[in-house]
Amino acid sequence: MAAEALDDYIDAVSKALALPVEEAWRPAVRANLEVSLRLGRLVDEFALPDETEPAPIFTV
Amino acid sequence: MTVYPEMTAAEIAAAIAARKLTAVEVTEAAVQRITENNALLGAFTDFTFGRARAKAIAIDADVADGKQVGPLAGVPFGVKNLFDVAGLRTLAGSKINRDLPKAKRDATLIERMEAAGAVLVGALNMGEYAYDFTGENVHDGPSRNPHDTTRMSGGSSGGSGSAVGGALVPLALGSDTNGSIRVPSSFCGIFGLKPTYGRLSRARSFPFVASFDHLGPFARSVTDLALAYDAMQGPDADDAACTTRGLEPTLPLIANPVSDLRIATAGGYFQNNLFPEAVEAVSRVAKALGATRVVDVPEAARARAAAYVISTTEGASLHLDRLRKRPNDFDPAVRDRLIAGAMVPAPLVDRAQKFRRWYRAQFAEIFRSVDVLIAPATPCTAPKLGQVNFELGGVELPVRANIGIHTQPISFIGLPVVAVPVPLEPLPIGVQIICAPWREDIALRVAYALEKMGVAAAPAPRGF
Repeated sequence: MAAEALDDYIDAVSKALALPVEEAWRPAVRANLEVSLRLGRLVDEFALPDETEPAPIFTV
Repeated sequence: MTVYPEMTAAEIAAAIAARKLTAVEVTEAAVQRITENNALLGAFTDFTFGRARAKAIAIDADVADGKQVGPLAGVPFGVKNLFDVAGLRTLAGSKINRDLPKAKRDATLIERMEAAGAVLVGALNMGEYAYDFTGENVHDGPSRNPHDTTRMSGGSSGGSGSAVGGALVPLALGSDTNGSIRVPSSFCGIFGLKPTYGRLSRARSFPFVASFDHLGPFARSVTDLALAYDAMQGPDADDAACTTRGLEPTLPLIANPVSDLRIATAGGYFQNNLFPEAVEAVSRVAKALGATRVVDVPEAARARAAAYVISTTEGASLHLDRLRKRPNDFDPAVRDRLIAGAMVPAPLVDRAQKFRRWYRAQFAEIFRSVDVLIAPATPCTAPKLGQVNFELGGVELPVRANIGIHTQPISFIGLPVVAVPVPLEPLPIGVQIICAPWREDIALRVAYALEKMGVAAAPAPRGF
């Protein structure tokens, strides 16, 4: 995603969550979000059956 | 008998029970050693010396009265400062938590360690809110590597690594969400156990990522690691994820032979992005164990990606209100990661959680033909404090984000791991001994065999 489009997204989510993002923090927030979305896409690309349940926990 | 700090926890407890040493003598020796060296190492952030002295006096009274004392009688230990310690504020490496009221009750694991006779001497430095692999902390200063104080201890349980590696205490407790026990163990050259997810209670410890948070011990010997682990096992209704399984003591099993175990090296992802020292350490361990088979772990890179997504989003959710109200009181690097985490779309998180089940099934299949997997704990030995980048696989990469690339795909599905230190020159480095869920006994058994062969050992601190 282009930096400008990601900045628009950051602004929108910042407002929706009432989460302040000062201009000085923006480059780092954007860079971190780019990493998270890139890694998220890697997961997203992996096809899973519709019946897949989330989050195994090993408790018995 | 004035051999502390060289004595192991098991030796200290045996000497006290046999009246060759008193708990007060051991406690005073620990207080002196910590007082003399903590300013340099930055391991402890709080001391509980008054409490320790009272506990030591009580243990000595029990010994004098002929009462049975616990297997850790008189053994000094410290805890990462995300554990509740009655009378202290649970900092979790942060500035913000300094405004919390003091904890009224100890964490469950501290209670269990003390029930076994161990003596709490203080709380240990850590990366802010455990979102860290370096052991650096902007509020308290870094915890330093005991073998070279210009280098990282590893995070986020950096103070635990520094204190045990520096022989300030024979035992410490820490937490591991994505590698925070295994990374400091590797950098500081000590043994660390990240048990199966749900095995040890997390009650009254400050969380980070509920899906992945584990607590566990550090030690300079495998026997000490097993002693501490056994003392802390057991169900606990105060931790919703804690297993209801009964106690499964490991100490009686660690000296059993390993010749009947099917041991393999993790291939593919786990053989990439390594400095030569990590390759050498894994090779030494595999050779010592006669492990010639290499097993590919499918989709480990994707598992690491999913672990990253779940961590950043669950962490953001945990801290959302603090990010709104006190953003300038965070370590800026942690704050900016968490804010970004709050902005990750929910379907990606759900898919990451679903991928966990698929990935767990792949490991279940692997463990049908293998009992133990060997993998690197870190790509490198301890980097310099403040080091920003390193060259990995021919690519310049940020240090901070890449230290845990080999630990994250394992904690992602909660497998038990013992990190064993391989004493390379000039710095030690760890190797992961990975087993199927609930088989900590096998991981400890293999670690013990490596220790007896001299392949794994905690080197004496020489950085100070």
